[in-house]
Amino acid sequence: MTTVLLQHNKVRLALHELRAGEGRPLLHLHGLAERTPPNVPAHLEAWAGPVWGLDLSGHGASDVAIGAGYFCEALMGDVDIAVAHLGAVTVYGRGLGAYVGLLAAGGRAEEVQGAILADGPGLAGGGPSPSSPAVPTAVGPPPPGGTPDPWALYELTRDVRPPDYAATFARQASTRSGLDTAIAVVGVNRPPWLEGVIAEPGVVECTLPEALATFGQA
Amino acid sequence: MSDAITYPGARRPDRQRTVDSHGLAIAVHEWGDEGAPPILMAHGGFDFAGTFDVFAPMLAAAGFRVVSWDHRGHGDSQHAALYNWEADLRDAVAVFDAVSFDAVPVVGHSKGGSLMLQLADALPHRVSHLINLDGLPSRRSFPDVSDHQRTKLMAKELTSWLDHRRALVDAQRKPGTIDELAERRRRMNPRLEPEWLRYLVTVGARQDPDGWRWKIDPTLRFGGFGPWRPEWSMMRLPDIGVPVLAVLGTAPDPMGWGTAEADVLSHLPPAGRLVMLEGVGHFVHIEQPRRVADLVLEHVA
Repeated sequence: MTTVLLQHNKVRLALHELRAGEGRPLLHLHGLAERTPPNVPAHLEAWAGPVWGLDLSGHGASDVAIGAGYFCEALMGDVDIAVAHLGAVTVYGRGLGAYVGLLAAGGRAEEVQGAILADGPGLAGGGPSPSSPAVPTAVGPPPPGGTPDPWALYELTRDVRPPDYAATFARQASTRSGLDTAIAVVGVNRPPWLEGVIAEPGVVECTLPEALATFGQA
Repeated sequence: MSDAITYPGARRPDRQRTVDSHGLAIAVHEWGDEGAPPILMAHGGFDFAGTFDVFAPMLAAAGFRVVSWDHRGHGDSQHAALYNWEADLRDAVAVFDAVSFDAVPVVGHSKGGSLMLQLADALPHRVSHLINLDGLPSRRSFPDVSDHQRTKLMAKELTSWLDHRRALVDAQRKPGTIDELAERRRRMNPRLEPEWLRYLVTVGARQDPDGWRWKIDPTLRFGGFGPWRPEWSMMRLPDIGVPVLAVLGTAPDPMGWGTAEADVLSHLPPAGRLVMLEGVGHFVHIEQPRRVADLVLEHVA
């Protein structure tokens, strides 16, 4: 596995090449508290082109944000830094990575050519509206190596994800990507934000092999 | 020369130090006797504690130890990798912990007002009185445009934000003269006196070899997008059990929320009071420092 280090503001990101090849890369985005797998997962083998994986801020081999302050739009910025390096990609996101992949697909629709949203840790986030206020002054110690950052785990399970807000990113992806299908939902779980996304044109529910085939040919 | 610029009644803090907030250095500023009862003050977004340089000394002169801090990335506080609401709240608690574990009066302006409102809701044992200065966002006014047009506007905003993030490595704010920086700030603070804005440059900017630069982290920018809704702040207000004073300026102001009196009254808790300042803009404590200081002193008496 080859790793490229990229700078996003003060955070150094680790972008891993899992498989070299020709054509548009598939960019793997892990779930909350996960990291990029060391090899191409078997369920993604069908992708014909190269496969890369990005460790999001506070995860894997990427830096921890000192003082925390994690939010999903910043992680969308992480993905965009990777896109600036790779060029156009198709995104496969698990859990937290699915939500961040949706944001990236809407935010940089011309360069994120399709997003596959799958189940995984951190899919629901903090729900559709704020919960009871809390101000924790401490979390558990970081694991050896520093990641996943315990503050990232705390903050990224409290971030609010309203369905209509998520839907605006699906709309951006549909209207600006040039694709008939811009978002493919391949998971089982349906947190409220994902229900809002599914209701948008250009979003399909399908199997992972179907999604890989759809975007592999796009 | 920066030390040639003064402003009537403005006084720099008597003491300054830093407090560690989970690895980040937060700059704390104090006016008044160190042994006096404390009152905590939170500034607004894109401001810094030095914007209290007239207002804070008035409370200090009345017998308070006034403690404020620069939010992360603002003023003399450390620039962070990331910024969010929860982190700002934790930074505030780190400052509170460094001052007192008893309940204390808190004053917050604009974003600082909303922060202190949430802190009072989350940690009511830390707050004895809550004073909110034009910091009660209650509604968002969208322009009357079609969905198609709104999608285009958001696309522009998203692209601009992501382009900004791509260009952040080693980014610096634009240098200029004191007058140029004051003029830039005047566009967002058109109601404030030019002399005050020139004074603020000498407090909130640093002098580099090629000119003055606002200290605020270049990562931070106005506007943007996100899931946050103004009503999520207002919904905290009815929860508050300590005496609440809300002060709203009625004059339109670019940095103001345009909060309507009725929006506040319908959410005001039983121990709450709303004061509307006619003809005053968003920066009530800067436009009318004596009047607002008297309101605060009456409230905490």
